[in-house]
Amino acid sequence: MRVPTTAPALEIDGLIKDFGPVGALDGRMVRVLDGVHLRASHGAVTVLLGANGAGKTTTLECAQGLQRADGGVVRLLGQDPYRASPDLRARVGVMLQDGGLPPSVRPLALLRHVASMYSDPLPVDGLAGRLGLDEFGAVSIRRLSGGQKQRLALACALVGRPEVVFLDEPSAGLDPQSRTIVFDLIRELRADGLAVILTTHLLDDAQKLADYVYIVEGGRTVAEGTVAELTADSETDGMRELRFETVPGLTLPPGLLPHLHQLESEPGQYVLRGTLTAEDVAHLATWWASCGVMPTTISLAPRSLEDVFLDISGRSIR
Amino acid sequence: MSRPHTASGLPAAPRGRTASGTAAPLSLRVLRHGGYEALAMLRNGEQLVLAIVLPLLALVALVLTPLLDAYGPSRIDVAAPGVLALCTMSTAFTGQGIATGFDRRYGVLRFLSTTPLGRSGLILGKAVAVAAVLAVQLVVIGGAALLLGWSPRPEGILPAALLLLVGSAAFTSLGLLVAGTLRPEATLAVTNLVWILLAAAGGVIIPATGLPAAVEPFVSILPSSALGDGLRNALVDGALDPLACLVLLAWATLAGLAAIRWFKWS
Repeated sequence: MRVPTTAPALEIDGLIKDFGPVGALDGRMVRVLDGVHLRASHGAVTVLLGANGAGKTTTLECAQGLQRADGGVVRLLGQDPYRASPDLRARVGVMLQDGGLPPSVRPLALLRHVASMYSDPLPVDGLAGRLGLDEFGAVSIRRLSGGQKQRLALACALVGRPEVVFLDEPSAGLDPQSRTIVFDLIRELRADGLAVILTTHLLDDAQKLADYVYIVEGGRTVAEGTVAELTADSETDGMRELRFETVPGLTLPPGLLPHLHQLESEPGQYVLRGTLTAEDVAHLATWWASCGVMPTTISLAPRSLEDVFLDISGRSIR
Repeated sequence: MSRPHTASGLPAAPRGRTASGTAAPLSLRVLRHGGYEALAMLRNGEQLVLAIVLPLLALVALVLTPLLDAYGPSRIDVAAPGVLALCTMSTAFTGQGIATGFDRRYGVLRFLSTTPLGRSGLILGKAVAVAAVLAVQLVVIGGAALLLGWSPRPEGILPAALLLLVGSAAFTSLGLLVAGTLRPEATLAVTNLVWILLAAAGGVIIPATGLPAAVEPFVSILPSSALGDGLRNALVDGALDPLACLVLLAWATLAGLAAIRWFKWS
């Protein structure tokens, strides 16, 4: 039995990674990671959120031992992942962004082969049933849809009973059904005490799954916290967006709510963004009454991760 | 041994109560991966043509034509060792190189290197796969040659086995070097082209001594002619050719070191 530990499953401090030399830059090196910091615990879903090219995958590759760090500290279960022993690798499951699946092999044959690398793997049939792999077990991997490949790659990451799981863009290419299966499974892994570390550029994924979020931008960690902490807005109880639906073509009188950004996203659909107070809502209702307008729907939303990301990076995540 | 796991069939909590995944022993990992890759090679139609059909055709053609009449009294005795050398090249260099090149493209090498198999297990497994496929070829091609009247010298069997071992190490290393540095399409082209060139004029089937005097010194230091001529010396004359052994060892070492230095996993 392994001694219970409170040490983080993964610790990254000041991670630096250079790529190159790059021919197009006269053979200079390119610094792709410049100070990533991250901690991931057992029993939690830790999300690396960032735009494409922010450095998420490279960070994961350094943590998985696929890349050697050029600076900083990377400790996976207290050890250097680049020199991982087979026993350390057995405690860690990896799902790569591109899957890493051989196209000519059948799904269950691959899963059985991966399972055979462990002394006490999960029963393949149970795992295949849980992820619905048996529905397409008879065809070769090249004929699978994106969502089916993702589910197979996830099974390959889990079959060795890992205590740390890396999932690089796990919801990429998932149809709604696969998405539900995969998200439920990720929550169960957390409940079972695994450390789940995943990357995504989808704010919705992060908001739904994350216990703790690291926002990576330009190769460094620029913000971190729980979703609640990141989206907290002390002045306004966090309300940042008001939507209402009514007759098309209305324009707010100038000077009524000057601090809010307004737009009619579709005819009759209005969005107000900014720091919202109860007084703002009262002014708005008075204005509706004065125009003889009654909205059919009204909704308020807190500050979203998208707002956080926009505030920090000054650009949209996509 | 089975551990408690959750109702979902997923791993139990690693903290305290139960431990998490453990690796299968190294020998099992390597043998299992070797078997998996060997089966993949034998199931692949193009590889099977390269590994079995072409060598069989070559064997029959060499017995039916007078091409090798200058090199010995019996056509089949001179032909069989050369065709076995050809088999080694097709499996260790061309077949294995192409498979590795495409596995690299699809990220299979990266994924497997994160499992307990690891990078060294992957390479050792590939060596086992090459040896397993070569064993199948030896049985099929050697059996066909025996039916055609081949009578290898018994005292040459051991030297021949040694040469096949070192030769497959050399060609496997060369295949890995090509697969790990070029794009898979280029690997496909290069390994096939080199295979054809060496088969035709590399001292594999036709002894290096049969080539024009100007090129003979160059050809005789190629791994192809070391293996072909070495096997003929062993199985026709019953002698171990130390120079052939050294040449193959040198190629295995150099190509192995180069592959370690330049092989790109992604």
